[in-house]
Amino acid sequence: MELTAILFSIPWDEILIQTINGIVTGMILALIASGLTLIFGIMDVVNFAHGELFMLGAYIGVVVLATTGNFWLALLIATLAVALIGAAIQVVTLRPLIGRDPLTTILATFGVSLILQNYALWQFGPVARKIQEPFTGHFTLFYLEYPWYRLVIAGLSAAIIGGFWLFLKYGKYGIWIRATTQDRVMAQAMGIPVPLVYTAAFAIGAGMAAASGVLFGPLVGVNHTMGLDWVLKAFIVVVVGGMGNLGGSIAAAIFISLLEAYASIWVSPAQAVIVSFIVLILTLLFRPTGLFVPTPK
Amino acid sequence: MSDAAKDAPLIAVEDLHTFYGKSHILHGVTLHVRPGEVVGLLGRNGVGKSTTLKTIMGLVRPTEGNIRLDGTPITGLPPHKLARLGIGYVPEDRRIFRLLTVMENLRTGLDRQGVSDEKKQALLDKVFNYFPVLGERRNQAGGTLSGGEQQMLAIARAMMLEPKIILLDEPTEGLMPRMVSQISNIIDVLHKENVAILLVEQNVPLTLEASERVYIMEKGSVRHHAAAQDLKVNDAVIHQYLGV
Amino acid sequence: MSTHSGIDTPAPAAKVGVGTETPVLRTEGLTRRFGGLTAVNDISFQVDREEIRAIIGPNGAGKSTFFNCLTGVLRPTSGRILFNGEDISGLPPDRISMKGIARSYQITNILPNATALENVRIASQSRRHGWSMLTHYTAYQDIIEKAEAVLKSVGLYANADELAANLSHGEQRNLEIGIALATEPQLLCLDEPTAGMSSAETRDTVQLVRSIAKNLTILIVEHDMEVVMGLANRITVLNYGQVLAEGTPTEIQNNPKVLEVYLKT
Repeated sequence: MELTAILFSIPWDEILIQTINGIVTGMILALIASGLTLIFGIMDVVNFAHGELFMLGAYIGVVVLATTGNFWLALLIATLAVALIGAAIQVVTLRPLIGRDPLTTILATFGVSLILQNYALWQFGPVARKIQEPFTGHFTLFYLEYPWYRLVIAGLSAAIIGGFWLFLKYGKYGIWIRATTQDRVMAQAMGIPVPLVYTAAFAIGAGMAAASGVLFGPLVGVNHTMGLDWVLKAFIVVVVGGMGNLGGSIAAAIFISLLEAYASIWVSPAQAVIVSFIVLILTLLFRPTGLFVPTPK
Repeated sequence: MSDAAKDAPLIAVEDLHTFYGKSHILHGVTLHVRPGEVVGLLGRNGVGKSTTLKTIMGLVRPTEGNIRLDGTPITGLPPHKLARLGIGYVPEDRRIFRLLTVMENLRTGLDRQGVSDEKKQALLDKVFNYFPVLGERRNQAGGTLSGGEQQMLAIARAMMLEPKIILLDEPTEGLMPRMVSQISNIIDVLHKENVAILLVEQNVPLTLEASERVYIMEKGSVRHHAAAQDLKVNDAVIHQYLGV
Repeated sequence: MSTHSGIDTPAPAAKVGVGTETPVLRTEGLTRRFGGLTAVNDISFQVDREEIRAIIGPNGAGKSTFFNCLTGVLRPTSGRILFNGEDISGLPPDRISMKGIARSYQITNILPNATALENVRIASQSRRHGWSMLTHYTAYQDIIEKAEAVLKSVGLYANADELAANLSHGEQRNLEIGIALATEPQLLCLDEPTAGMSSAETRDTVQLVRSIAKNLTILIVEHDMEVVMGLANRITVLNYGQVLAEGTPTEIQNNPKVLEVYLKT
């Protein structure tokens, strides 16, 4: 009797809605975090400019969309453009710092983030822009009209990450990236042009951030500070998932997003954010190498 | 080609000085290896044998001295260029890519510019012929192989570069005694393939058997240079520099 | 027999009368494991007062691990370490330093932004007066005098006011020995003191160690056989974590087991 009462009082419909929300947000977060963990894993660089690459991608998406009216073209061009910009940033600011104190790379990427933020502010002004989603349309989920677009974002993010994983596992250059991540000295001794691999990895990470920016754009406003919230979450995800661990980042992204989504059933979304910090602190205290990393032997 | 050029050493190292921070490890090392030759480099711990190999491979930058490959200066070139120019490196602790499979390890050397698919297959077949164990374990992660198998993989991986010379750093270290004769065989194989070898070792009998000439180092420089034959007969020198 | 060029004075003979009192350092069944690897395997070892004992052995013999256990950097898995009869097994390095064991490291461990004198003075201060934050160091004249004396004994008095970072490699290694000396030890442990030195610097360091050996017991891990043969009263040879042989330099040079291990014949 009491059991049934308890079962009925659990807001199942809310939970289902938040599960879907959590997965959607989680996939976007996973896409951003994948780029971040790739960059850290291969070249030990903590990329503080990652959120700004996300923001830059969203803005380029805005511009291309305004010019061509085609969302998918905007996605493609933004990804490629920011990948190239990322490569340029790496060559100019990070390549000269190879072999130096890691603190210098943190300062360098932090500096780049400030430059990009202020550039965006100067170029586009303080008023938020909007990216129109490529198609509207909802399906009814309990009492909500749930947009199809949100599911599409999740699917596309998963596809991009999946494609990247396949490239890493089977592609010729994927092997170069994996070898360089494991042992950059021996990778060089095998003829792999490690400086070039670093640049390519940074470009890929930047491209992934940009793609997230365009995909997520329709859900929020595009403005010059949009990177800040996301980069903080992305760092939490990377630490909880295990730095340099791609699978771990994806699992952590979904895990944290789900927890936050569930929390927001009972508390306000602003307070639900606390959940991710709690997870971060617990991870650092008890499993600092990452929650989703197999225990080192 | 003039006679002088024909006799030009494959690798010529002259007056190499290398530091680790302030620690002066190489105090003017001079040696050379001719095409197809097996040359031994002996000496106690800490005399700078590994550092010499690392300097030749571009992993450490010398402060003085120069290195030439087929007469062309290569001092200061990055390691990946040297690998492509034909220098293979097998380090002291093997350092295979533990999370990559055997096949993927080999591919890091195989996937080069200008190598046809047939050539790649031929190289793979050759290496699996010499090391059948690697063929059996081709889809296993490198980290799951035994010490001896990892040593074979490290050497096979270097062979994928079709190198003119392989820098072999203490291949028998940490291996069980029965694996040592395996290493001897592998060196023979490389010699048959006309790959030159600069062999750093502490195992004296193996080195004297496998090498044509031997350099002996002490305190960062070459102190003695002789044909392996001579050292086998006159072992006082060996006792002086390697014994107690 | 090998010939040695460069170290002129012949090796000092084993001291007579030593060994009748409590050994300065003794281990009983010292063992240290790292997971499945037994780096130090049941070593029972003893050093007598005012001996200079060298520890040698091939790569991986366990010399560094053994040294680290003796100086408190690593905790033994089992066995005991007795210093002047007192059990010091498992004590942390600072307590071991207080008991009278000093150590120099393989990778130079000095304070680069302090002068040579300051480096030694700080070590000296740890022995006397503790760490009073309210008194200026110049009030402790005895410490300054002691530090200057130590610098003289390691040949660095002329460099007293030079920043340690600006000293040559050999001078830095000798400063490291000076820092250890300033803690007024009974047992001085030197870890590859001539690593990275030229032949000339090596000879100087050997002279230095001879000159400070009075009233000190010295343990030295080395690869350079000239240094070992020139300094040691006795030598302990380690192999695969166990004692292979112990004896005077002459005995070790003629020991066929030792030759076999080194030459793999």
